[in-house]
Amino acid sequence: MDIAEIHRRLRERLGNIVSPELEVKDWSLCDVKPQSIAEVCTILRDEPESAFDCLSNLSAVDRKSADTIEVYYHLFSYQHGHRLTLRAATPRPDPILPTVSHIWPIADWLEREAFDLMGVRFTGHPDLRRILMPEDWVGHPLRKDFVEPEEYHGISTRRESLLKL
Amino acid sequence: MNADAIDLDVRRETSRGLETEEMTLNMGPQHPSTHGVLRFVVKADGEVMRRAIPDIGYLHRSIEKIAEKVGYHGFMPYTDRVDYVSAMQCNQGWAMACEKLAGIEVPRKGEYCRVIACEFGRLASHLLSVGATGMDIGAVTPFTHAIREREYINDILEELCGARLTFNYMRIGGCAWDLPPGFVGRAVKFLDRFEPLIDEYNELISFNKIYVERLANVAVVSREMAIAWNLVGPNLRGSGVKYDVRKDAPYSVYPEFEFDVPVGTGERGTLGDSYDRYMVRMREMEESCKILRQALAGVPEGPVVAKVARMFKPPAGEVYVRVEASRGDMGWFVVSDGSAFPYRVHIRTGSFAAMAIIEELSKGLMIADLVAVIATLDIVAPEVDR
Amino acid sequence: MQQLADYLLAEGFLSGLPKSVGYVLVVAFFAFVLLNFIMLVAGVTSWLERRVWARIQSRVGPNRVGPQGVIQWLADGIKSVLKEDIVPEAADKPLFKGAPYLAMIGFFGAWACVPFGDGLIVADLNVGVLYITAVTGLVVVGILMAGWSSNNKWALLGGIRSAAQIVSYEIPAAIAINTVILLTGTLSMQGIIKAQGWAPWNWFLFDNPFTFVAFFIFFVALLAEGNRTPFDLPEAESELVAGAFTEYSGLRSLLFFLVEWGNLYIIGALCTTLFLGGWQVPAFTDNAFVQGVLQMITFFLKSYFLVFVAMWIRATLPRVRVDQLMSLCWKYLVPIAFVNLLGAMLWVVAFPHGNIVMRLAMFGFGVVVTIYFFSRVASHLRRARPEMTWNPIS
Repeated sequence: MDIAEIHRRLRERLGNIVSPELEVKDWSLCDVKPQSIAEVCTILRDEPESAFDCLSNLSAVDRKSADTIEVYYHLFSYQHGHRLTLRAATPRPDPILPTVSHIWPIADWLEREAFDLMGVRFTGHPDLRRILMPEDWVGHPLRKDFVEPEEYHGISTRRESLLKL
Repeated sequence: MNADAIDLDVRRETSRGLETEEMTLNMGPQHPSTHGVLRFVVKADGEVMRRAIPDIGYLHRSIEKIAEKVGYHGFMPYTDRVDYVSAMQCNQGWAMACEKLAGIEVPRKGEYCRVIACEFGRLASHLLSVGATGMDIGAVTPFTHAIREREYINDILEELCGARLTFNYMRIGGCAWDLPPGFVGRAVKFLDRFEPLIDEYNELISFNKIYVERLANVAVVSREMAIAWNLVGPNLRGSGVKYDVRKDAPYSVYPEFEFDVPVGTGERGTLGDSYDRYMVRMREMEESCKILRQALAGVPEGPVVAKVARMFKPPAGEVYVRVEASRGDMGWFVVSDGSAFPYRVHIRTGSFAAMAIIEELSKGLMIADLVAVIATLDIVAPEVDR
Repeated sequence: MQQLADYLLAEGFLSGLPKSVGYVLVVAFFAFVLLNFIMLVAGVTSWLERRVWARIQSRVGPNRVGPQGVIQWLADGIKSVLKEDIVPEAADKPLFKGAPYLAMIGFFGAWACVPFGDGLIVADLNVGVLYITAVTGLVVVGILMAGWSSNNKWALLGGIRSAAQIVSYEIPAAIAINTVILLTGTLSMQGIIKAQGWAPWNWFLFDNPFTFVAFFIFFVALLAEGNRTPFDLPEAESELVAGAFTEYSGLRSLLFFLVEWGNLYIIGALCTTLFLGGWQVPAFTDNAFVQGVLQMITFFLKSYFLVFVAMWIRATLPRVRVDQLMSLCWKYLVPIAFVNLLGAMLWVVAFPHGNIVMRLAMFGFGVVVTIYFFSRVASHLRRARPEMTWNPIS
């Protein structure tokens, strides 16, 4: 069974939650409605034909011009070798997604990173707090409109350009 | 560390009605282990741990954000710092991602140079890893011997690109410089000296009874757990999953080489314990030597780098490329918007998952074992934090 | 020392002083000499350790300060003394400051009974061995105090581990000592040595198979008591920085390290006294002075050989985890030591004056093992020689 077949079956089962187009490439890509990402992932992991037992990557991308934050889920199956990318686009002012950490435990940390650096909130996450930045950091650094604060705990983040004589 | 997030000093009643207290210890960012700036909040009941909660972010250098500012070519030196213990493979990952975005083909000699550099990098990284594992367990001598061999490898790679740690050897489209004259001879001479030494290390330390006692049956990671937690590389293979990106999703010229993928067998304890992970690394060194010999024997003629525009503007799109780095498959997710600067770069590294699984593994382990587990999972802080 | 004091008083060197004051002066003088001597020995042991480690690890070690670096320890000592004296604010100050001195007292007291030659002993107590075992227990108190008073959970862990380890390993050590005492009937150090002879087959090591086993039990137990690898969990660098001594800096930490290196020598000295014949040399001359010097040299050579073995083990073996350490002591060493003691008792009943055939047989066995060992080392060296000097660039 190849990815196109998996995609077809998914659409049969879930309808419009999964987008009709599948961008076929090395890691074929299809869009998924954000609120149902957990449902889709559960089906993909539990069905024996797809058996996506590994979440290889979870990345958040800030599409400022489209006013969305897209979260890419790269799924991999060690049993069959299938590779699939799911893309969930959430509105930029208030990006919320259901968590998949109950499906793949590694999603716990990957979602924390997405929250920390991009501000995507994951409902149902057991412990959503910052992971890379300090706990009291304000803002989400990887956003396109992120402005560095003037100082952090009294240490200035600005300095004279070293190139000036 | 947010104090509300962890219960501090939980009082428990033992079965005999004695009140005991859990100790909260801080295995702080500074400690004499070679794995970098890592911090654990250890909640221990005497010598036995209840949980070891990792606290990462001390080495976060916002490399991914910097990529959006320096452009595709300019990012290459930064990729060295993603995993500075084995920097060649990180270079390769970035170069492959950019080449895939733009559809560039690397000339054959360039691919051979890349394989040679990557495998030497893998040797160096595994040497450091097994040496540091020995040192954390208490045997300080194998570390010095491993570093001695690593110094020779550093000398060889210095010949190749001028640097000993952060190489910046590869470019988008190939490698920066050709192999210097006489390089192949010297490299083969090194391999002739090095391969018997792997047996010597095994005799010295791997089969030592105390060493085996310290590592066997410690922190057993089952197959399902390893896959669910996205462990990769020697950690995954130590749990019995025979998966290597070089063989199962091959890239570069790896299909042309014959080598085996060592898998943990539970020889001295349970399958998936720390000893398996350690032995997989020792055996991988032998396999890397095999690949190197084949590559050095068959280096073709030709250019080492394809012509790539100075203002590299790949078409818009996204790509997810995996390379088999020393610590497992490193995923490079690059999003391009058609301009000369990457729109988003995300590096998913093997040590990130290894750090994540430590909290799960630490239940019931002893504090002395925590160090062994960190060492055998081969965690380097720059990979975790980027 | 008693004889010297009496001699001095009789000859009138201390005339005009009451006897007790005279004694105190003599004791103070000997203590002063001994203290300096101990510092020298500890320092030289530290230098030896660093050079031996370095050679095993294919590097050189300190070789700048003085010829071949022999006064490196003096430079390190001066540096430590000149360092800032940091006492943690929340530490228990009297205990924190007193802990190194307690450890020093415990360690220093043991030297009063170390026999360097016939008559060259500070105090030949008739309970010499028991005294040494007892007084080195003060070191445990010192380490525990250090761990507790540092107000540092890791130091506390280190101190507790150390206390548990030392106290547990006292038992196999004491049982092994008993195995030897059965042959001598006296606990006095000089008495034990005089019951042995200068020839190797007259040493207690080769007396019968039970003392042979007892030697190894004793050596292992003493390694554990001295916090040496493979039992150096209390000072495990990669986990606890320096264990119980983490918060110490400058002179105080130097004292702890001196105790450790000096203890290493005591390990060698005790093993030599009990098993390797101590200072016994054949009677070459009638000159007591020359004989005494020869005896001292022999004693030093033998104990430094064992010190070298301990350093060698430290450089080679990894460290044992604390539960494995405890199970090794209680589940293996103690039962084996007891069975051994039983066997030795039966042997002494059967052969009250020893059995020359068994001695020679054990000695032969020892010689065979030594020859085999050296042949293995030689073959390894022959294989390794081409690789020890290798220049990759040429």
